[in-house]
Amino acid sequence: MSLDFKPGAFSDFFRDETFRESFTYRNSPDAIRRFPFPFDRDEYMYSVNMEPHVPGRKGSVFEKTFDVDEHYVSEMIDRAKVLADDPLRCQSLPHMTLAGWDTLELIMEAKARDYPQWFSLTKEGDRWHWINRPLGIDHTFTFLDESTLPYGPFEYIMRQTQGDWTLQDERDGTLWLDAGVATSQADWSADFDIGMNFHEWHAPVPLAHDLGVFDRALKFLLKLQHGSPVRRFNWTMTVNPLLDTSPENYPKWGPTKTTLTQENLGRKQHLRVELQSLYRLPRSNAIAFDIRCYLGSFEQIVTVPKWGRRLHRIVRDLHPDLATYKGFIRNRPAMAEWLSKYDDGAPTSPGWWPED
Amino acid sequence: MKTSLTPVDAPSIRSRPVYAVLESRPASLHLIVADGEGADAVVEMLDKANDRSGMLAAAHVMYTPGPDGADHGAALEAIGAAQFFRAPTIPSLLPRLQRVLLDAHMGTQFYLAGTEGLIGQAEREIMNTGFPHVAIQKEHRGSTVRRVQCVHCKGITENVATDPFKCSHCGLNLFVRDHYSRRIAAFQGVNIDAEDPGKVPESVVRFK
Repeated sequence: MSLDFKPGAFSDFFRDETFRESFTYRNSPDAIRRFPFPFDRDEYMYSVNMEPHVPGRKGSVFEKTFDVDEHYVSEMIDRAKVLADDPLRCQSLPHMTLAGWDTLELIMEAKARDYPQWFSLTKEGDRWHWINRPLGIDHTFTFLDESTLPYGPFEYIMRQTQGDWTLQDERDGTLWLDAGVATSQADWSADFDIGMNFHEWHAPVPLAHDLGVFDRALKFLLKLQHGSPVRRFNWTMTVNPLLDTSPENYPKWGPTKTTLTQENLGRKQHLRVELQSLYRLPRSNAIAFDIRCYLGSFEQIVTVPKWGRRLHRIVRDLHPDLATYKGFIRNRPAMAEWLSKYDDGAPTSPGWWPED
Repeated sequence: MKTSLTPVDAPSIRSRPVYAVLESRPASLHLIVADGEGADAVVEMLDKANDRSGMLAAAHVMYTPGPDGADHGAALEAIGAAQFFRAPTIPSLLPRLQRVLLDAHMGTQFYLAGTEGLIGQAEREIMNTGFPHVAIQKEHRGSTVRRVQCVHCKGITENVATDPFKCSHCGLNLFVRDHYSRRIAAFQGVNIDAEDPGKVPESVVRFK
């Protein structure tokens, strides 16, 4: 299998870890303190919950436009493996090439600006020189000329970018999911959903349609302006630090849900957080949607007392339809039992930050 | 042009296709594709058409019997369209549709009638040529068997009647979702015993 890049060095920052078989993925203590815990109160129900994606608290995952963290290199190795196994995980319909270039530009400019120690972009007219030191990439290409890249522009930049992404074309008053990459997805099939409109690809989500969540979200997104990105959280649960919880591979990872015990649950059960951000693209007028996945084991989450208390209450009280849709209804009692040891009933402070 | 759709069945989820009763519309070419009992829908539309003879003179009809054997082709042929083609199966109908689409111009109206498998595959061919979906009318008639894509091996099983069913390609036991892809022209099938291999609920006939 060719990885197309030579990781420069894991260095003392990027962790050398796996998201499969041996599952050596862990968060460092610093990474847990900056974990994007998605619950700002002790209960959860769907909402649009969008806010401007502006630089946030220093050191947090909101500090930079695209958070590059200690898992970057290992996640890119995992993505390359998934794409080698199943090229259908990255697709772009023919009319989405320009949106792919828009996305490449957005990411390269942001990373070169925010992380000059790792990324560099210099332009001489249409000749762009891109250096990605963590992945060992040093490449000169012609912007908007596909023949100068080893992949289409979307796949090229996605192989260097954490998170699953979709690109939405806007027409007929709705958004069409016409390009996407999914190697760290919460059980949705990019291959199946590509070509669908906004309401179609969200169709399987329970309750939210009746709450009007998707009508409001679409209305909001159609007004999204270039230069004013927005973000929101979503979350689910995953057994083992497995990025690729695809429906394609469900027969392989589904059985792991039956392996939890009170002894191993803290180590194996992970809260899976999606930091979703959306960007209007300048040339294509498409919308890029970044679904960035963060995994935190229960035993690491509960090292923050406020999060331990709150996660217990969320898991215990969640609407059963949501626990079913999120795929953990069978393990909910075991999870709630394990978490109850970290909930002394004390009140929690508002907001998702770790302080009490 | 805004099309108002009158759902025949209220859709269970938002990706589930909706269907309406066909109605004739002015067009330079009327491209009509039907299977099984869809023939009746076309005949009824023509009975109500304001300009029946004008419509027939610009109509190209393609027909194949339904997956359950329902064959109403004789009645459809008897209406006297400018061109009538009868194919033994859907796969043998599609190459002709693709050829006709090469010459179809804006101003063509599309009428699809019959099973969801026929409608979905014809719609996919039409949309691939860039026609807006508002130019495509769809009326569901006859068998409700489904065309289902296995999300695991990507193989498509035609005429699925039971839920769950065994994928005709990889053999996994799949349950049939209402989630539908126009691009693939299929519903989605997902392994039902992934978490507890071997624990497969008894199959029931859901689609006839």
